Amino acid sequence: MQDNALELFEVFIRSKRGLDHKHVGSLHSEDHAQALEYARDVYTRRSEGVSIWVVKSSDICASQEDDAEDFFDPNDDKPYRHATYYELPDAVNNM
Amino acid sequence: MSDNIKAATQEYATRLGDDAVVLGHRISEWVSRGPFLEEDIAYANVALDYIGRARMFYGYAAELANDGRTEDDFAYMRDDRQYQNLLLMEMPRGDFAYSQVRQLFIDIYYNLLLPELVNSKDDTLAAIAAKAIKETRYHLRRSRDWVLRLGDGTEESHHRAQAAVDSLWGYTHELFDMDETEKLLADNGIGVDTTQLREAWLKHVSAILSEATLSVPEDGWAVRGGRIGYHTENLGHVLTEMQFVHRSYPGCQW
Repeated sequence: MQDNALELFEVFIRSKRGLDHKHVGSLHSEDHAQALEYARDVYTRRSEGVSIWVVKSSDICASQEDDAEDFFDPNDDKPYRHATYYELPDAVNNM
Repeated sequence: MSDNIKAATQEYATRLGDDAVVLGHRISEWVSRGPFLEEDIAYANVALDYIGRARMFYGYAAELANDGRTEDDFAYMRDDRQYQNLLLMEMPRGDFAYSQVRQLFIDIYYNLLLPELVNSKDDTLAAIAAKAIKETRYHLRRSRDWVLRLGDGTEESHHRAQAAVDSLWGYTHELFDMDETEKLLADNGIGVDTTQLREAWLKHVSAILSEATLSVPEDGWAVRGGRIGYHTENLGHVLTEMQFVHRSYPGCQW
């Protein structure tokens, strides 16, 4: 492939009004405008979407696997952060 | 519908179907040969839009003919002299710049023609046009984008795009010709008077070409004949490839 010069973009699609945009994959293109058009052709051929976001992959700052211990483990022993930790008063029917 | 209007409408639908199937086939030749994967998929979508459009026009022509023929007979069982597509549609795909410049010329043409055809007194033609308009607006976004990139790109891409403009220009005049059949339909509010479209087409094309740093050629030579079945040497090759399975195995299904 001769796409060395092209940039990588991540594609997010909202399948219905009211839902969130979900990451569906990535593609190569020259710029944002072209990425949006290719996203339409590559990822919404079967009417998957009503809205598309494209983001340069290089603009995404991602957490690293190596950081998992520091990032996520400290939350494992804090059950009081979950609503289910608390006993509900009888008066509350729906939570 | 009077008999002569009906016959003219059938011929008109066949011509529009011929334009669509020949161009659709030409674009499909890019499948697996696109400059990169994303473009390959995107351009294949355009080809499919045209094949779909051909089916609708041929389907309507078959309905009007009412002689047992189907859309397949129109596509696969007619020879080059019976095909009445515009010559621009049958030109070989050439390099990528050539295909995109051709696409731009055609997309601008349909962006002018289809909004008129939507108002046709013929409900079926109007309905086909209404569906095709949305597709063709998108096609124009793509071809405009590519011509700008290529024209205002590298020295090589500029050179190729300009060469494409120059060699295709003589085939664009035919887009705005009208014969008796088409005049009859235009007079009756069924077909589009394409002679009225050239000014707007030229203005739109010129604007994009100059933005792309490409020059608009002088009107010089012009080739015509597609609408009466006089084709370039290219159409026979297209039909040979497109029709051979159907003709070798008549009625074959899989």
